[in-house]
Amino acid sequence: MDSLLNHDRPPVFCPGCAHDRVVSALDKTFQKMGLKGEEVVIVSDIGCSGLFDTFFHTHAFHGLHGRALTYATGLKMARPDLHVVVTMGDGGLGIGGAHLLSTCRRNIDLTLLVLNNFNYGMTGGQCSSTTPPEAHVGSGFLNQLEKPIDVCQVAGAAGAAHLTRASAYDKGLPAMLEAALRYDGFALLDIWGVCPGRYTKRNKLSPQSIAAALGNLPPLDHFRGANDRQEYGQHYRETAGALPSTPPPERIEAINTPLTEGRREVVLLGSAGQRIVTAGELLCLAGASAGLHASQKNDYPITVLRGHSVSEVILSRDSIGFTGIDRPAVVLALAQEGVARRRQMLADLPEDALVVRAAGIDVPASRADIATFDFKAAGIREPDWALAALALMATRNATIDTAMLQSALDLRFRGNVRELAQGVVDKMIT
Amino acid sequence: MALTLMEGNEAIAWGARLAGCRFFAGYPITPATTVYNAMLRHLPPEGGVCMQGEDEIASIGFCLGASMADWKAMTATSGPGISLYSEQISFAIGSEIPVVIVDVQRLGPSTGSATKGADGDIQFLQWGNSGGLPVIVLAPVGVEDCIVLTMQAFNLAETYRCPVFIAANKEISMTRETVDLGAIHLPEIVQRRTADPETSFLPFGASNDRSAPDFLPIGGDRPVRQTSSTHGPDGYITTDPDVIARNQSRLQQKIIADVHSFTYFEEVTTPGADTLIIAYGITARAARTAAETLRETGAPASLLTLKTLWPVPEDLLRQKAADYDRIVVVEMNLGQYVREIQRVLPDKDIRFLGQMNGELIKPNQIREVVRHG
Repeated sequence: MDSLLNHDRPPVFCPGCAHDRVVSALDKTFQKMGLKGEEVVIVSDIGCSGLFDTFFHTHAFHGLHGRALTYATGLKMARPDLHVVVTMGDGGLGIGGAHLLSTCRRNIDLTLLVLNNFNYGMTGGQCSSTTPPEAHVGSGFLNQLEKPIDVCQVAGAAGAAHLTRASAYDKGLPAMLEAALRYDGFALLDIWGVCPGRYTKRNKLSPQSIAAALGNLPPLDHFRGANDRQEYGQHYRETAGALPSTPPPERIEAINTPLTEGRREVVLLGSAGQRIVTAGELLCLAGASAGLHASQKNDYPITVLRGHSVSEVILSRDSIGFTGIDRPAVVLALAQEGVARRRQMLADLPEDALVVRAAGIDVPASRADIATFDFKAAGIREPDWALAALALMATRNATIDTAMLQSALDLRFRGNVRELAQGVVDKMIT
Repeated sequence: MALTLMEGNEAIAWGARLAGCRFFAGYPITPATTVYNAMLRHLPPEGGVCMQGEDEIASIGFCLGASMADWKAMTATSGPGISLYSEQISFAIGSEIPVVIVDVQRLGPSTGSATKGADGDIQFLQWGNSGGLPVIVLAPVGVEDCIVLTMQAFNLAETYRCPVFIAANKEISMTRETVDLGAIHLPEIVQRRTADPETSFLPFGASNDRSAPDFLPIGGDRPVRQTSSTHGPDGYITTDPDVIARNQSRLQQKIIADVHSFTYFEEVTTPGADTLIIAYGITARAARTAAETLRETGAPASLLTLKTLWPVPEDLLRQKAADYDRIVVVEMNLGQYVREIQRVLPDKDIRFLGQMNGELIKPNQIREVVRHG
């Protein structure tokens, strides 16, 4: 096969730069594997490693510092057949650390080349996440205070199986690149090299010392055994393919007759666990079953099973403008936490408003008609109080009637849950 | 008539599915999470992909990769996530990557209040990118708009190859309401314009100085370059000031010069009114109620509801405001879009009503400003 090097744009690294070696090894690998330019994408980020994509006549995606793995992931999910090669330096490694860990955990079929030269070459030789503490770099004493990371051990701990440490000067580099490219999953090569422009001006590093240092690092073989598993994209497609299609949104036929034409506002004041939001939804469905427009706005804290739960529902023949509460027709006061959130609203209620109050709940005095009901004494569990209160509304023809509530139950619930809900409503109506 | 009960975020997801969205990635954040939940139900069974990124930067990064592979892509977040998207948004603008970005606004600044609404990101959506080039921002008023404008957002992203924002609000996205799906007029679906395979291809070679380049996908039959660096038509770095200037101008003009073809709005025209209320998003609903009830008070007002916020539809504003002496701008912040109205209508008497306390602006507050200024 032909070389995939871009003959119009020969590599322009500093004289003696290790990156030259990696460009050449990568091209040899592509040739050996018989890959065409359109079968490969090189995804790169910022820094000297970010020049890689311009030196090859392949697909290219050059983006923001440290984010190359994010673009590569999107590309690979959309184009599973594409060989995706990602290049980054020790700079991109540090800035995009979270993406590296997550890519390892996913095991998506990308090949990551970390062009590790122990400093930020392009910005003046500052320390990176791999700079040894004894090195002299452009960050003054700061690197003396930090421990460099061994990216292969980090990646292995995060779930990567195919990990290779290599010297840019190793004659076996093309074979290592080929093994990584052929691995069906995430493969990472930590490729050590010299940055003559910056790093080796003040530090001793040579192909020989790199080879010696690599030989002293802990082995990585056990990660292969521990982490080898199905590739993410295949696993995704396999799992997703078995999922049922999500049907279009349900349309509710108007089978009931509405009780009122105008805007009716209902406020449900309760606490977490009282199924206030579900009751609000039932009210909306009851309205829709009579051809009424409905809106529901909820207010609850981020905690579950603790604190207030408030639902504001509006039913109207006309489409609904303002979704807030202006003049409530019915208020369900089912828990002190909810009442505390709307004390002023309760005090200001007009005389034609109805308050359904659970026995024992303290409600501010107002001109409204207050109907008190002892749900507990009636043998209704607290999670069902809101539904029972809707049934009370229906028996009084307050905004909804029993036919509308019945339709709401039919629309909202199935199976056992429906039977239980029906039981609560029947207990209140009969 | 058959009504459907859905919340704004479900409607955005449904609009995305109707528009042919195949890729979604997001990071959970209230009040945007239910867009992600819905996309997870919609896309995977249809052969699409929905992913949860390790953070917001990854989520939009996945989308940019998928979009360059020719998959329609969307992400959704709130203010704190939009902040993290910023550098990727700049990339999508400068490198012409179609993507739909849903911002379900919540009360800021910063992490603010997760479950309180606001329209506090309206200037940030336009100017929160490095380089300061235009984006498109559409603002839904309710569930129907969430469907229709999301479809339009995909169409515009494909046409102009740029990020298009849906500026939603917790008060729209997490509010359920009924909508008659059968009565909605859905837009035609627009696909990305692809390059002629017979001609030589330049990844950023636009046919004129006011259009987006024709597209070929990464992963297709011909090697394609994408780059965040300052580039010429060939997708390689350039330092030629003329080439750079021409490209920057094109990035601006392809959107600004065409705003008339995607200026979405609604109006309530009241005979005899001397005041025009201008509003957008959830606040436009209170403004509609206010305008309807003001008719009986002897202080009638008309209403212009803007659904295209950026680029500012300047011609529309001048045309609609022509017959009014007084303009009342209402928004859920301390005065953001009113700056644009003041800029476009310097000769009008412009009053402002803003509120930033997590509560909806009420019709009565708007009536008071119209009546007593």
